[in-house]
Amino acid sequence: MDAVADNTQLDISASIELLRERWPEAINHDNRDGFSGIIVDPAQLDDVALAIRDELGFDYLSSVTGVDYLGVSDHMEVVYHAYRTSGGPALVFKAQTGRDEPRVPSLVPVWPGADFQEREAYDLYGIHFEGHPNLRRILLWDGFDGHPMRKDWQEAYFEEEHKPFDSRWPGGQVYRAEEKNVFGKNVKYPDDFDLGRLSDVSESDLYQGLGLGVDVQALDSDGLRTDRLVVNLGPHHPSTHGVFRMVVTLDGETIASLDPVMGYLHRNHEKIGERNSFLHNMPFTDRLDYISSMSNNLGYALAVEQLLSQGARYSPPTYRAECLRVLMVELTRIVNHLWSLGFLLNDLGAFFTPMLYANNEREKILDFFEATAGSRLMCNYMRFAGVYRDLPERIRSVANLVNDKVRDYNTMDYLTEMVNERLPRFLDEYDTLLTRNEILRERTVGVGVLLAEDAIALSTCGPLLRASGVPYDVRRAEPYSIYPELDFDIPTGMNGDIYDRFLVRFQEMRESVRILKQVLPRLEQSQGEEVVTKVGHTPRVPIGEAYGRVENPKGELGYYVVSEGNPRGPQNPWRYHVRAPSFINLTALGPMCVGHKVADVVTILGSIDIVLGETDR
Amino acid sequence: MYGQGIARGLLVTMKHIARSYMDDIRYAGRKYSGEGNFGARQGMQATGSYTVQYPDEKVAVPERFRFIPFLVIEDHDHAERPGHDWCTSCGICAKVCPPQCIWIVRGRNPQTGRPVPEPDAFYIDIDICMNCGYCSEFCPFDAIKMDHDYELASYDRTSAHIFDKQKLSKEMSHWKRIAPTTALEEMQARGGWEHKDILKEKAKAERAAARARKSALKQSS
Repeated sequence: MDAVADNTQLDISASIELLRERWPEAINHDNRDGFSGIIVDPAQLDDVALAIRDELGFDYLSSVTGVDYLGVSDHMEVVYHAYRTSGGPALVFKAQTGRDEPRVPSLVPVWPGADFQEREAYDLYGIHFEGHPNLRRILLWDGFDGHPMRKDWQEAYFEEEHKPFDSRWPGGQVYRAEEKNVFGKNVKYPDDFDLGRLSDVSESDLYQGLGLGVDVQALDSDGLRTDRLVVNLGPHHPSTHGVFRMVVTLDGETIASLDPVMGYLHRNHEKIGERNSFLHNMPFTDRLDYISSMSNNLGYALAVEQLLSQGARYSPPTYRAECLRVLMVELTRIVNHLWSLGFLLNDLGAFFTPMLYANNEREKILDFFEATAGSRLMCNYMRFAGVYRDLPERIRSVANLVNDKVRDYNTMDYLTEMVNERLPRFLDEYDTLLTRNEILRERTVGVGVLLAEDAIALSTCGPLLRASGVPYDVRRAEPYSIYPELDFDIPTGMNGDIYDRFLVRFQEMRESVRILKQVLPRLEQSQGEEVVTKVGHTPRVPIGEAYGRVENPKGELGYYVVSEGNPRGPQNPWRYHVRAPSFINLTALGPMCVGHKVADVVTILGSIDIVLGETDR
Repeated sequence: MYGQGIARGLLVTMKHIARSYMDDIRYAGRKYSGEGNFGARQGMQATGSYTVQYPDEKVAVPERFRFIPFLVIEDHDHAERPGHDWCTSCGICAKVCPPQCIWIVRGRNPQTGRPVPEPDAFYIDIDICMNCGYCSEFCPFDAIKMDHDYELASYDRTSAHIFDKQKLSKEMSHWKRIAPTTALEEMQARGGWEHKDILKEKAKAERAAARARKSALKQSS
């Protein structure tokens, strides 16, 4: 083994050459215009993937997604983005398969984190991943007809392939979609689906259907015959952070297995995204992780800017625009962590005191968002190559028709006071309130442990990954915007338990404040620079693919965007995929919960920090 | 010592309770009334927690706040064209609308059948509108703006939630009142308080008048 050279530092093109030498027939360069990476023969995919992981050191599989090229090359494609946890760009590899019976070997044995993402691709595209341990629908239910992300699938309220719709102008006679297309009558079921199944099924069948091996005859260690008990936590439990359900098998009070069931908030965001034009998608990204809409915006803007920068007449965002972006994104991180820590304490039974203290500060930041972007949560602030508008001179509420109350502050003073005085003071106080609290420590230390190697293998990201001791942060691993010139640290934990996640989030807020302190003088210096973009409302996006990723408060948020690049055709993305951190982090939920008590499950879920708008999309 | 962390935490909660009551005493009876008091309690200097008794009291919304668009029309006491639409029915708002909730019937001259720069009908389905603000951002005529009126609940969604032109139209002075800074910036960009087309016509007429004066001067000399 000593003779084997260390290939884990090779750059992308050298890595690809190495693979091409080994498998000259099975691996081809992706030579399509604007595309990169390699196309791997599905027959050799598992071997190649093993080599990519073990020999080349791409240990972190970020994204797996399908693309349907109906009418272009008439095949299905599965796109993989693999990264090194030591940092650097992605190795993109793809597997192509026919549309009629798409089959690709599953990579779950290589990267267990591919589990949910492959199930999603199966659900939405009907691609069979051979060897997947549990290949069933994840976002949609069994009674759903077809695979909605296929290009030839049309939704119940289908109007046209692409927005803008012709019926809106110039002859826009309004009607309501549900009048033409009555709800209930537009629902289709698969041919072999028995609606009666929904009513008279026995409980054990139901759980069998969920793929749960519920063994009611199991013996416990004392030789007593005890039944295992199946408990549904959710979907409407107050501490499930949304409409989320966990089917838990209990042995006494101990968790024997846990299976997350999601999709209650599914709206096929990605299909909507393909109907939309590029700009239309921006406000829709707000609705993914609705706690941190600013960073959702940024990820999408970065992906489309990658494409736009390939074309002519594109000027990147100005320095001030970048500063504004970082300002917003870091404030969002604080907002999100305040929220998540508050709710984590709620889950632990510290009912609403920590939550409301945190919300007090969050309100101040949201007031600033509202004054700048126009909305507290659905900010819709970023634009391609710029932002919506510069900071207002004053944060001002004038008396108007609904109100006689007036507020008036100078924006920069407000920000300076917040960043230099108020937030640090609050964080210190919150620290005193919680960090050394014995009850908190008893409930969280050693609970929900996730080891570093598992965390990487399961493709977890964000504070969850860092609390397990992996210093991986997209802001440092593959820097974007002005992060390279900013001075900040990546906090990590050592034990990978809930308490460490708590500490990591806390430390991240302090680091965000540190970043903000550096951003404010940069804003002062760049006063007067243009921040409004010159990219119009219908940019001509060149052909190609792009994967834009940002370090969202919840983890790595990635957007995989494919553009047709037809200057006369509709200006809509051919493919728009969201790599949602909350969704993929849930892969680790089951393994983390086994062996703990029911009460801990809620806390462990809280420590992952999911938002269902993003999980279900 | 076990319990020390809890005790120190409780001191923090005590401090918070005390602060809230201190504020009550400091602003006794005038907690929410008066410009300064309310502003101070919402600002960076605020210490205690406070509750706003909606709907009796409402938090003021900032100028850029956006909710359901409205159509700008001339003031009813406008000298030349009272109540005239600013909208030219160019259709850009309908195109950039992400959920496609804007419906426009372009105006036509009944005699010639040629398009005229005003809409015959304009609808917004407010159930579908996602308040993104694109329509007002990309309107080249400043003719559609985001409103501040967020209290739109009604008893029947099927009939009451499609806003027609009459319901959507609001005077220019309304926009000046709810967003004075933005309205002023837009005025400076346009070059006057009038509609872009009117300003253009005026400039054209002025140029023509100047030319006429010039040629008259030439003839007389």
